[in-house]
Amino acid sequence: MTTPARAAAVRIHNAHKAYGVHRVLNGIDLTVPPGHVAAILGPSGSGKSTLLRAINHLEKLDVGYVSINDEPIGVRRHGERLKELSGRVILRQRRQVGFVFQSFNLFPNLSVLDNVAAGPIATGRHRKPQAHTLAYGLLERVGLADKARAYPRQLSGGQQQRVAIARALALEPGVILFDEPTSALDPELVGEVLSVIKDLAATGTTMIVVTHEIGFAREVADLAVFLDDGRILEQGPPTQVLDRPSHPRTREFLSKVL
Amino acid sequence: MNEVDDPPTTVDPTPVRDPVVDGPPGSSQRVIPLRRPGRWIATVVVLVVVAQIGHGLATNRFFQWNRFGYWFTRPVIVDGLTVTLKVAAWSALFGLLGGVVLALARLSKSPVLTAVSWTYIWLFRSIPLIVLLLFLYNFGALYKTISLGVPFGPTFAHFDESRLASDMVIAIVGLSLNEAAYAAEVVRAGILSVDQGQHEAAAALGLPRVYQLRRVVLPQALRAIIPGYVNQLIGLIKSTSLVYYVSLLDLFGSVETLGSTYPSDIVPLLVVATVWYLILTSAVSIVQFYVERYYARGAVRTLPPTPLQRLRSGLAGVRARYRLEVDR
Repeated sequence: MTTPARAAAVRIHNAHKAYGVHRVLNGIDLTVPPGHVAAILGPSGSGKSTLLRAINHLEKLDVGYVSINDEPIGVRRHGERLKELSGRVILRQRRQVGFVFQSFNLFPNLSVLDNVAAGPIATGRHRKPQAHTLAYGLLERVGLADKARAYPRQLSGGQQQRVAIARALALEPGVILFDEPTSALDPELVGEVLSVIKDLAATGTTMIVVTHEIGFAREVADLAVFLDDGRILEQGPPTQVLDRPSHPRTREFLSKVL
Repeated sequence: MNEVDDPPTTVDPTPVRDPVVDGPPGSSQRVIPLRRPGRWIATVVVLVVVAQIGHGLATNRFFQWNRFGYWFTRPVIVDGLTVTLKVAAWSALFGLLGGVVLALARLSKSPVLTAVSWTYIWLFRSIPLIVLLLFLYNFGALYKTISLGVPFGPTFAHFDESRLASDMVIAIVGLSLNEAAYAAEVVRAGILSVDQGQHEAAAALGLPRVYQLRRVVLPQALRAIIPGYVNQLIGLIKSTSLVYYVSLLDLFGSVETLGSTYPSDIVPLLVVATVWYLILTSAVSIVQFYVERYYARGAVRTLPPTPLQRLRSGLAGVRARYRLEVDR
């Protein structure tokens, strides 16, 4: 199947973000090398989702920036300062980043096939017939080619999330972001989604996954990142962070979720 | 209930039966619906009242049904109807377009656009339609010519107002200005009803703004917009009767003038107008049903049946029950 043309490197530089007086991100630096899978863990409210959404500029950072293959996202350097880019440029930059939401967010008015083909068609990358061929291929890859003509609400949660993954892959992104991809699913549907993500990891795509599935993180991730109160408390190989955490806060969290 | 006499089934895996919970062996535990005598009495009362009204309509000489038949398709009435349809159709179109633009302006991040849109809606919802129409009718006295150009700067073109604006144009402009203000709020409500996650998903895919609006946001918003806008549209069709006051002979205008020429026919003439307005409203409602059904794709798991499909399945049900009776 299609392996990503080029897996991207993601770097987060000194990210700060506050909602009013509430500080969500307190200076985060993180590097995810091309082809690596990073799992971001942490208690709720620790800033995991905000950090992930900042990577494709769904959230604006107050200070700092994110770069993908050394290209700053949503901003450009202007001497010492950072200036925000126009909406159109940001939309174009986002096409190299796939995003999978916790609540799927498929377009309910479009068929499954049209959901997957919308990206390549709307951005002018493919004409309709080629886009449909591509979409069929991706649906086959997530095991849903027979549902191409169905509408999203006719599918189970697990199936919807697999379509959402196919939709994110349609623009052949260099990096894919997953925001708690299995948290909205019934327990017996979690496996099918995780196995699709696992297959994807094996193809060498860069992936950043916010998750509560510790077992999954241990199995798939190259890098585990533990976030608390908008700061990275520790990061490293999962065997180290998950099995021999050095920070008491990490130990406390892991003892609760395991 | 011939099942009661059936012998107990041998495949039953639970040999011990509780006669209270399980009922007699072999009986299906069918729930008997609650009897509702009140509903039956109410139905009978309503049927009697409806029959009385029908009787009154048919037999009261006051309505002069033969005169109604005479006037119903007279050319003078049909001409009036054509004017009503023209005014309503153009105003509905311009009103909706204006409404979409105003709603998008109102929802934009620019404070100037938001304020201008808000002020427009505030102003045109405040002015009674009849006042607005009469104001436009007398517009020619206020501004003799209309010029296109930069304010305080050069002029590119100018028109003689009295030649530009026929009575028809005045009516359409007046109704459109009024309609746009109301349509704007209906459209805005529809756009607000679309889940924030949809905007985010479209943005995350990097879909161009126009595509987001055309393929993702508006089709979903339409589900909420259609009922409100059809309400608005029916109001508009009836509001067209006001154009009579800017000397346009619409359906109501024709009836009104004919009524003063044939005073004895005024009631049948009013009935003619009423029936035509009923037909227009019904046509709009039928279109609404199918448009709503079209935009329900994806929003519901299975589409509701059309009245024709419901009739067919109802007939099939009756036929099946009849056949069952015959078989016994």
